Amino acid sequence: MMGANPKLDPIRGEGSGNGSRPQPSYKVIGTRPIRPDGVDKVTGRALYGADVRFPDLLHGKVLRSPHARARIRSIDTSQAEALPGVKAVVTGADLPTAEDRFEDLGEGGINLRYLSENVLAHGRVLYHGHPVAAVAAVSPHIAEEALSLIQVDYEVLPPVMTLEEAMAEDAPILLEELRTDEMGERGNRPTNVAAHFRYELGNVEEGFAQADLVVEREFRTQTVHQGYIEPQMATALYDQDGQITIWTSTQGSFSVRSQVAEILQIPVSRIRVVPMEIGGGFGGKITVYLEPVAVLLSRKAGYRPVKLVMSRAEVLMATGPTSGSRIRMKMGATRDGRIVAAEAELVYEAGAFPGSPVGSGAVVLLAPYNIPNVRIDGYDVVVNRPRASAYRAPGGTNAAFASESVVDELARKLGLDPLEFRLKNGAKEGDRMANGLPHPKIGYLETVEAIRNSEHYNAPLEGRGRGRGRGVASGYWGNWGGKSSATAVLNADGTVTLNEASTDIGGTRASIAMQFAESLGIPYEKVKIRVVDTDCVSYNDVTGGSRTTFGTGLAAYELGQKMKAAMIQRLADIWGVSPEEVVYEEMVFSAGENRVTFDEAAKLIERRSTPVMVEAEVYGKKYGPAFSTQCVDVEVDVETGKVTILRYTIAQDAGKAIHPAYVEGQMQGGVAQGVGWALNEEYVYDREGHLLNASLLDYRMPTALDLPMIETLIVEVPNPGHPYGVRGVGEVNIVPPAAALANAIYDAIGVRMTELPMNPARLLEAILAKQAQESTQPA
Amino acid sequence: MPERKKRMITTTINGEEITFLCEPRQTLLEVLRDELGLTGSKEGCGNGNCGACNVLLDGVLVNACLVLAPEVEGRELVTIEGIAPGGELTLLQQKFLEHAALQCGICTPGFIVAAKALLDENPSPTEHDVRLWLAGNLCRCTGYDKIVRAVLDTAAALQAAQTTPTEVA
Amino acid sequence: MRAVDYVPVRSVEEAVAVLAEHGDRAAPLAGGTDLIAQLKEGHRSIDLIVDVKPIPELMELSYDPAAGLWIGGAVPCHRISRSQVVRRHYPALLDSTTLIGGIQIQGRASLGGNVCNASPAADSVPNLIAHSATCHVAGPQGTRTIPLEAFFVGPGQTVLRPGEFLVGFRLPVPPAHFGAAYLRFIPRNEMDIAVVGAGASVVLSPDGQTVQAARIALGAVAPTPLYVPEAGQALVGQPVTEESIARAAQIARDAARPITDMRGTVAQRKHLAGVLTARALRIAIDRARGTKTVDSLGRLNGHA
Repeated sequence: MMGANPKLDPIRGEGSGNGSRPQPSYKVIGTRPIRPDGVDKVTGRALYGADVRFPDLLHGKVLRSPHARARIRSIDTSQAEALPGVKAVVTGADLPTAEDRFEDLGEGGINLRYLSENVLAHGRVLYHGHPVAAVAAVSPHIAEEALSLIQVDYEVLPPVMTLEEAMAEDAPILLEELRTDEMGERGNRPTNVAAHFRYELGNVEEGFAQADLVVEREFRTQTVHQGYIEPQMATALYDQDGQITIWTSTQGSFSVRSQVAEILQIPVSRIRVVPMEIGGGFGGKITVYLEPVAVLLSRKAGYRPVKLVMSRAEVLMATGPTSGSRIRMKMGATRDGRIVAAEAELVYEAGAFPGSPVGSGAVVLLAPYNIPNVRIDGYDVVVNRPRASAYRAPGGTNAAFASESVVDELARKLGLDPLEFRLKNGAKEGDRMANGLPHPKIGYLETVEAIRNSEHYNAPLEGRGRGRGRGVASGYWGNWGGKSSATAVLNADGTVTLNEASTDIGGTRASIAMQFAESLGIPYEKVKIRVVDTDCVSYNDVTGGSRTTFGTGLAAYELGQKMKAAMIQRLADIWGVSPEEVVYEEMVFSAGENRVTFDEAAKLIERRSTPVMVEAEVYGKKYGPAFSTQCVDVEVDVETGKVTILRYTIAQDAGKAIHPAYVEGQMQGGVAQGVGWALNEEYVYDREGHLLNASLLDYRMPTALDLPMIETLIVEVPNPGHPYGVRGVGEVNIVPPAAALANAIYDAIGVRMTELPMNPARLLEAILAKQAQESTQPA
Repeated sequence: MPERKKRMITTTINGEEITFLCEPRQTLLEVLRDELGLTGSKEGCGNGNCGACNVLLDGVLVNACLVLAPEVEGRELVTIEGIAPGGELTLLQQKFLEHAALQCGICTPGFIVAAKALLDENPSPTEHDVRLWLAGNLCRCTGYDKIVRAVLDTAAALQAAQTTPTEVA
Repeated sequence: MRAVDYVPVRSVEEAVAVLAEHGDRAAPLAGGTDLIAQLKEGHRSIDLIVDVKPIPELMELSYDPAAGLWIGGAVPCHRISRSQVVRRHYPALLDSTTLIGGIQIQGRASLGGNVCNASPAADSVPNLIAHSATCHVAGPQGTRTIPLEAFFVGPGQTVLRPGEFLVGFRLPVPPAHFGAAYLRFIPRNEMDIAVVGAGASVVLSPDGQTVQAARIALGAVAPTPLYVPEAGQALVGQPVTEESIARAAQIARDAARPITDMRGTVAQRKHLAGVLTARALRIAIDRARGTKTVDSLGRLNGHA
């Protein structure tokens, strides 16, 4: 798997379609070493949040609302408290009143009062599964029994489950205090529309007047969940001295610390968050659910550690899925294939509290294209579903499903190859997006070319148009920089211990260690990297937003440079020369006749000089956005509506792939989630607002038998804002698959699907309708 | 009214005879994790839909979340902790690392136990055989590509080497 | 889970005695893949779990050239899939035993449990009906046998009386030129509950051109698994052609009376009942003849 391999080597480019240029040769970057935490993970030794054990551990369980919408008249916990083995019971009354202000969590933000209300209900429940109370007991079974003894008196109210219901004139109002943020101005009427914004460029009316062809369609997507295999959990110990320790699987230990501090009104200095290994997050393990409850129970139970673990049903019912949506997309193009105008309305479900990713969806919608006249209206709407949480490129998949389907339809009707159409209209550095911001250096066109030149795209597809089809689609994600803090310690044996705070969801320990090793000029194997808790380094943003390899990598780069300088300074001191005279090359320090290897230098410094420990705090602002273009071949069984994926290729601009295997892994993982979202995943509610499919039996995620091998083409258009050119790679890959599949299905059977998921029931219905229509037409 | 007294169960786990106390309502998964400290088997769904809790029960691949603890009296169990006897990584585990067939790693123990069961029964599986066998193990991170490659590569390497039984994955 | 007791039993008599004593507060445990899940989710409430796996007849899988196949009620699917006698004499049973729930579920799940759980969508039932399986039941009043198609009363409900439990199944020796198949439709490729299931068996004339007997049964299209004798009847004496297959499929489709739920709609299920019946028949016919029909895109019997 190591060494030169044309199939695996990245495709290098300069940006904006200018072809390739030789790149710096790296010693460590671009190789595929074994990840440092790998052995523990293949032997079962690695400790995830639920694996925490203490001798006096108590087990907690949460009582959840059986109703989608209700007022809580009263809660009587006395019988539960009296059950032998129960040590504490808490409700919303045990939470202090949080501040009424917005807090940025790192991948979306939330009003703290709503965050608190989502942890334990205050007087009202807003979705099936909303937490109402919690119990700590000596066994999880007793805790479960105690839940059934808690008496809650609900006044059940009719739920509002869909966007249409929520926006109707006479809609029941879910949050009495909510007023629309109408393009920055606060409205004065009670509403379920939390926000309305607009992006505008040029003049769409004039633009459409220039168009020779206009396509307008309405699209719908359903609520879907991140689907991490590890349910949420939290263990907390509130010590007698007031110190709180929280062990949890989280994407952001510092974010957890801040959220818990705000919700419980406790200074952050009294809270230490220990990040355990995390079993998947995808954005869904940033918002806290159980941590504050665990802390409350620990204190009330007599300062004993309390562990709460969600069941799968709880995960689906009560942690944040991403928004279902309705998108109207209209695009106009000239006969020669230039898109001259685009107009869209994006309406996204926020769930019980405001904060859907409609804003980022609106940016993703048209980002791959240079369109002079644009108008996008976005609406954030509350409904009685769990509050939306970030899910890998939040809002993006919904948007691209709409825009990339319309782009495909335009291209077809104009008789143009869909990739050529994209190249003709593709965005380059300097082109403005709908939000007015210009693209920095980007590699969109390179990803389109990568697909156009790929083996897959040029392979004939037997049966094409007769049940088999091919589709392409593109996508964008802006990525993020954020703050990272890390330290590095030189050990006497010539190894370095790197302490950083970015929890490792997908192999980032390796890519961070690799960047440090490259920066310092030492082998990867000499770096021992650890993910540390919140007492050890300064603030570190979440592992999310595709920031970690970029941001914490930047910190690692700085650490390498600083350690080199520190070692040079120490040696200069020992040798009695000036630091400028010390040369470091190929792991050897020398100055005149003085010469030591790296290992010798480490030993020498320990014996005769001050220990070397360096730190770096970075705020990465020059992150680079990512693009992906994807191609899929499908076979549709027209008698059943079942879609089989025959072949899938993803091209993605990674800037610089630090560890290509983990970049490929991100690409393949995002595609797989996109496939599930496109073909089978959806939340099913009944009319009373009960989630019917809160189980992995009926919330259908792809299995190994549902996917083929996923071919990856890493494109590298370096990001000038990072010493190695890194662009975030985690998210953009989930943006195109739904549209690529819809386009492939159209190619296969001539049916344009505008609703997700494109499951067999919906496809069969569309196929039968088309057959009925054709049979009534004259031959 | 059902008795709440715990009962004593004796079983063999990873080659060692183990005795533990349990209530009948405790599943094997719960006992492994909470009573015996064998936290390598994970709970992802609790109802047999994800494979994260896979163990071998008398050599047969099962979901530990759907076996009651008393049912393993006198039986032989192999968990992820016992896949590498003596601590040496098996070829299968090494291939998972080489192929980067894990990202968050939570599903990995289940996949390794499941893949071992496959290769024990079918040393030369096709890609379809592998995907069908592993359909009961959900992974949300990798899209399965590198996992399937790791298993196929293990099978190929074992066939090529014609290794002795002690080296078999 | 609510507190519950557990007792293993070692003979049919012991099982009957314990079950009769506790009535509906006790349930037999075979593989547990339904019962344990239901107890954990609180969908079922009992005080006593009666583990019948130690009973020899429950775990016996044996073939007799006169009496046919005996499948003990607790025999797990994985044993059936690997049994040489099953593969030789009843290969179509593997259509069910190799796809219920994934390989891990098959390590425990039994056909007895699948039948007694009595889901209308049970994957073993249309297949066993196509094989003319009979259920052997033991109870306080003694033993009795019931044709499988008559075993079900409603969703989750069987004809078992208090104290009775299913000891096992008897499948008659298949005649010459017999072939069977079970197909189900699911949205993914594994792990799902059947949206529709279709089991079909045929007995052909020695030259393979005429149908002498046929049995067709459907799953997930009625409150219970649905045996459609008129669909099989319509094939008797008919030549093996697409027309006769289509006619049988239409009868099966007309007999289907599904509901709309979160797994499928009425229209979809009725349509699929016809499609799957035709496909299952084609495979059964191929097996009876010993042939393999492949379409222009390389697919076996048009089954994508």
